[in-house]
Amino acid sequence: MIVGITARAAGTDAPVEQRFGRAPYFVFVDTETGKAESVENPLVDAAGGVGPRTVQIFSEHGATAVITGQVGGNAAKALEAGGIKAYAYRGSGSVADALAEYTAGNLQPLPLA
Amino acid sequence: MKIAIASGKGGTGKSTVAANLACTLSRTREVALVDCDVEEPNLHLFFPGSAVDVPVTTPVPEIDPARCTLCGECGKFCRFGALSVLKDRVLVFPHLCHSCGGCSLVCPQGAVREVPRTIGRVACSCPVPRLTLVSGILNEGEVQAPAVIRAAKMLAQGHPLILYDASPGIACPVIETLEGSDACILVTESTPFGLHDLRLAAEVVERIGIPAGVVINRSDGKDEETIEFCRERGLPVIMTIPFSREIAAVQNRGGLIAALLPGWEEWFAGLFEATVKIAGVSP
Repeated sequence: MIVGITARAAGTDAPVEQRFGRAPYFVFVDTETGKAESVENPLVDAAGGVGPRTVQIFSEHGATAVITGQVGGNAAKALEAGGIKAYAYRGSGSVADALAEYTAGNLQPLPLA
Repeated sequence: MKIAIASGKGGTGKSTVAANLACTLSRTREVALVDCDVEEPNLHLFFPGSAVDVPVTTPVPEIDPARCTLCGECGKFCRFGALSVLKDRVLVFPHLCHSCGGCSLVCPQGAVREVPRTIGRVACSCPVPRLTLVSGILNEGEVQAPAVIRAAKMLAQGHPLILYDASPGIACPVIETLEGSDACILVTESTPFGLHDLRLAAEVVERIGIPAGVVINRSDGKDEETIEFCRERGLPVIMTIPFSREIAAVQNRGGLIAALLPGWEEWFAGLFEATVKIAGVSP
């Protein structure tokens, strides 16, 4: 499966970004192969409605789970509709750290509905 | 003739001036008063009466799932995030939509249809003889104030004399209100805050090209700075309303000084004459 993590920079060593739609980067990791793809967020400076548009980016990359700090109401609605689960990571670690916590089953799901 | 009443700063007395001017004019002629402060309209408090409501709608997209191929073009186009193209459906967020119509243009399948969504209403009443009150009312949680202002102005269209009461500030709702006005009355107060925002408002009317005059409200008699600014900018001061307990008492009851205090009907008639002169058009 593919997990998308909001990050402050590219790569799995980058710190996790708490904001969802305004995160500078998204790192998509394939948990089977360990392959990671970093995508620059084109919506960082967008006027509004970034939540649902970010979900669209996650959907396009085939992500079925998201790790981030928190999500807004519109993003939650789109994640729910898109069948993408969201998990909260509130630590100050890297993308790799957050993924390890997720794999170990330590992350709480974010309420979406 | 169309006269807008604006200010920049909130609470300077726009509605007071608009209501008293309307009250004065209605003694001798037909006048339409349009409340363009659609987020918090309150002119009806000066002029209570039963109103007829007309809903204001704005077009939003509706997706035909039978035609949609989930190609994603609409979602990519919408800069407001009103459309999310997911794996098996398109999610529409109507309250994020700005009704530009772009999604229906870019859809290669013709799967986007526009449907009306109610965002507010316009309340029309005739509270006193010869006065038509048209109030724009934006529903709570909505952002498209200009659409409701446009509708309110359209319903007053055709009246020979129209007053537009603007919202505070200098952003889109005020620009929408000023559009098409022959003259603007800028209401200020003799405080540093009143003057600061008068500068902004004066710049806006100048850019749009609407001739304007200034009303100084709640004057404590020390208006030198405001008067100096108006002189520099070529803005005539067309009325000064003193800071007075008597005026405040009438106002606080929702009363009109033009109707209740001696002299004010004549002074507001004078304000109208001065505004007509500024506009340079026949009233």
